[in-house]
Amino acid sequence: MSSTLQETQGRKGRPITDNDAQDITRIEELSYDLRIFEVMSREVFTLAPNQTIRDGLELLRIKRISGAPVVENGDLVGVISTEDLMRALTQNDLKSPIRTYMSANVISVKSYEPVVKALETFARTNVGRLPVTNEHDQLVGMITKGDITRGVLVAIRKDYQEEEIRRYRVRHLFEDITSDRTSLILRYHIKPRDFINGGQASSHIKRAMLRLGASAQLARQCGIAVYEAEMNLIIHTTNGGILRVQIEPHRILMQTTDDGPGIPDVNKALQPGWSTAPQEARNMGFGAGMGLVNIKSCVDKMEIFSGAGKGTRLMMEIHLRPEEKFSAAEGTEEPGI
Amino acid sequence: MTLQEIITKLDLKVLTTPQDFSAITPRGGYASDLLSCVMAGAQPDNVWVTLQAHMNVVAVASLREVSVVIITEGAQPEADVITRANEQGVILLSTSAPSYEIIGRLWEMGIQ
Ligand SMILES: Nc1ncnc2c1ncn2[C@@H]1O[C@H](COP(=O)(O)OP(=O)(O)OP(=O)(O)O)[C@@H](O)[C@H]1O
Ligand SMILES: [Mg+2]
Repeated sequence: MSSTLQETQGRKGRPITDNDAQDITRIEELSYDLRIFEVMSREVFTLAPNQTIRDGLELLRIKRISGAPVVENGDLVGVISTEDLMRALTQNDLKSPIRTYMSANVISVKSYEPVVKALETFARTNVGRLPVTNEHDQLVGMITKGDITRGVLVAIRKDYQEEEIRRYRVRHLFEDITSDRTSLILRYHIKPRDFINGGQASSHIKRAMLRLGASAQLARQCGIAVYEAEMNLIIHTTNGGILRVQIEPHRILMQTTDDGPGIPDVNKALQPGWSTAPQEARNMGFGAGMGLVNIKSCVDKMEIFSGAGKGTRLMMEIHLRPEEKFSAAEGTEEPGI
Repeated sequence: MTLQEIITKLDLKVLTTPQDFSAITPRGGYASDLLSCVMAGAQPDNVWVTLQAHMNVVAVASLREVSVVIITEGAQPEADVITRANEQGVILLSTSAPSYEIIGRLWEMGIQ
């Protein structure tokens, strides 16, 4: 059972998102994802149709079960329950074959069906355990609500473990790699006027920072700076541009580059309230002329290289305070991006 | 004051997937339709009141960690905006009342 479970979660292997803890939906999702064969118990106590009622009573007593499937040549031909055996007992018919008292009308589920199918069957029929058959109608296991709960718990634990391992690996990225200068570079191509996706790159960057173990404060600072820079590429450039973030153990370098139209007077652009945003952008609430001001307050160093008819390069840098540093192997340092 | 009480008292429409709003207690608020101002001025856990209803509202709210946005004057976000908000854990509420009224009533309710 455990090996098949592993296979499934490996296949699904979805990471738990930041907005996780929505375990209810995850459980619902799992009841569709998990197959019955992954959670059923394979150890089944069966009876043959020609065994006696006495054999049946013996089995149920010893194994402390309330019913058993009846199998002939591997095929499921019926089930016998305590009630059926009681009927035989009242007739004092202990020597009769099981076949006489079993119900041949078996409610069962298929091993390849999703777990939700078993849950529906439990709800509909009020039975507590169901025989499981394969595509050839052969009995391969039994399933109870308890099996399902256990299976779901195992799957959820697996999700969390995988996510934890993933987080652990990322967090220790800088420690595990020894070089004279280790940096992680994230690059995004930002399209002009792509308002719908505006802020997506920044969200990814913020999330990457958090995964690397950055403080919430640092991730927020970077998020705001790159968001303003990203939106400027969307709003003000002719062909969009590149947003590039370089994460190093002791600093974060963020940069946008584009090929025009350029900023004729950079000092003017830096003034709070100065904006050349077109009407379309203003209608959406851009164009307060506060973007560059915001960036400045979030970073330690900001530089703009531009000019009329040229491209624009915006460089932002945050130095990490000693307690914020991504732990890294010692190396020499060189300046610049 | 929980978000549930705010929703009930102001008769706000819940646009994103309903959740246990009584477990959320917004701290203070911010009002602006200028996104860069919100980026600069809003605080995490604020309620943001705006009449903007497009995709970038979600981006700003999520990057600024403002978890609740009240969209005023009956502005209606597109379905994909609501989907993105659900993904990013941003709660979108709407009302036909103007921003001025909503802000005034929030202030009276002690969301200051
Ligand atoms: N990449 C760029 N290419 C060309 N011009 C730019 C670029 N980035 C900024 N600018 C110019 O600088 C001005 C100020 O930018 P800033 O981001 O501060 O404000 P805004 O984008 O106009 O409005 P807000 O950011 O408040 O929505 C812009 O209006 C624009 O004229
Ligand atoms: Mg801007």
